[in-house]
Amino acid sequence: MDLVTPGIGLIFWTGIIFLTLLFILTKVAWKPINKMIENRNQSIEDALKMAEKAREEMKQLQAENEKILSDARAERDKMLKEARDMKEQIVAQAKEEAVKEMERIRKNVGMEIEAQKAAAIEEMKNTIVDLSIEVAKKVIRKELKSDNEHQQLVESMLKDIKFN
Amino acid sequence: MIRFFALIAAGVFLAINLYAGGQSNASHDQEEKDFNVNELIMHHIKDAHEWHILDYKKSDGTIKSFSIPLPIIVYYKGQLDVFLSSEFEHGHKIVTKGNNSYILHHEKIYIADPESENGLRIEEKENEHVILNEKPLDFSITKNVLAMFIVAILMILIFTKVARSYQKNPGRPHGLQAFLEPLIVFVRDDIAYPNLGSKANRFLPYLLTVFFFILINNLLGIVPFFPGGANVTGNIAVTMTLATFTFLAINLNGNKHYWQHNFWMPGVPVFVRPILAVVEIMGMFVKPIALTIRLFANITAGHIIILSLVSLIFIFKSLTISPVSVIFVLFMNCMELLVAFLQAYIFTILSALFIGIAVEDHEHHESHEHVSH
Repeated sequence: MDLVTPGIGLIFWTGIIFLTLLFILTKVAWKPINKMIENRNQSIEDALKMAEKAREEMKQLQAENEKILSDARAERDKMLKEARDMKEQIVAQAKEEAVKEMERIRKNVGMEIEAQKAAAIEEMKNTIVDLSIEVAKKVIRKELKSDNEHQQLVESMLKDIKFN
Repeated sequence: MIRFFALIAAGVFLAINLYAGGQSNASHDQEEKDFNVNELIMHHIKDAHEWHILDYKKSDGTIKSFSIPLPIIVYYKGQLDVFLSSEFEHGHKIVTKGNNSYILHHEKIYIADPESENGLRIEEKENEHVILNEKPLDFSITKNVLAMFIVAILMILIFTKVARSYQKNPGRPHGLQAFLEPLIVFVRDDIAYPNLGSKANRFLPYLLTVFFFILINNLLGIVPFFPGGANVTGNIAVTMTLATFTFLAINLNGNKHYWQHNFWMPGVPVFVRPILAVVEIMGMFVKPIALTIRLFANITAGHIIILSLVSLIFIFKSLTISPVSVIFVLFMNCMELLVAFLQAYIFTILSALFIGIAVEDHEHHESHEHVSH
């Protein structure tokens, strides 16, 4: 029974010692320790967060780089393609123009030849007319009274003669 | 494991055989006082007015006991007396101070009765001694009080050092700090925060103090020689005082919901409420009483078992039993080491739980179901 009867002295001293201990330790130990642990936890958390952020940024940067690179590649491809297209176009155009030019030249030449031919024929005709007139003049001077009548006759005759 | 128990069983068997054999020789050796286990154990687990270190036999055969005398502080009839317990000469002498004379009997101080020869008035009642002397108020610095002082000083030294090392290097903990930090963080993160939530910081100092005070007292209680050996947390006065602080922490901080919960339980039919109020008010007091008895009984029981096992050697008066005794005591000491941590943990977590219930914010009605106990 003695064992389970609390003594007043011990209660008194336990109370005093415990409260003093609580007071002193709260001041000198628990508050600073808790604060330091909290600070450390906070700093660890911050560091982790920062690392995570840096990693994220790194990833983003990498993605950006990748994008820039792929854009550049696409641009280059596009430029190359454009250049190729342009070259082809230019070549085609040149070809077309050359053909056209050739055609034109050919036409011009044909026309020139035709004109020359026509002029030559005209001249030949005239010469022939003149010659014929001279000949005819001399031949038929006596039959025809005027040159005019002669010319009319010859021309009508020449008209029947078509060279081509 | 089986081999271990077989060894022990063999040891016990051998010891009993040897004991029975030696009995006839020992029977006429009766001039030595009978070994009283009960008295020895009670002497060790109870508080004392001196800190007994050891007994030794002098060359002339008398037994001399060496112990540290502690101050006696007694108050009786308007008179406060302070003197060293050595003046009692281990209870053999009556000490007279002014008008009062005191006598020490079985570590209790009584007012000496001038009529009887040894100052005690003893009445035999059903084979029990009942002492009828008056008792003064005893505020002595007893063995347990001194042990508590030692623990308190130890704690202040240790934790100031730890706090300082936190300030010196805020990074990775070193030395003592590294050893104690897991415990501090355990109390903080696994006891205080889960039970008290946002109010944890307010009660954290109390929980940490209670935890380490009980733990260090428990651990020193297992140590069998001087700075240890005092059965502080196995003393009901100490555990009762600690439980009272928890009781005060619960009831001084209890919020409206806590009191409503206690006196007029919401959410039950009205006619049940008075019955529940009676139960709840009983519960208010049962909680600290349970804390008191749990700690006291656990620690005391452990000490009694260890002392009993050691006493086996002296009961059998045989050295042969000692290996068995030693193995059992070793086992029990490991157990006690576990119990020292466990009981400190249980006391602290139950304190945190009870305080948590009392201060919890009831924003949702559903939380009533969660706090039922």
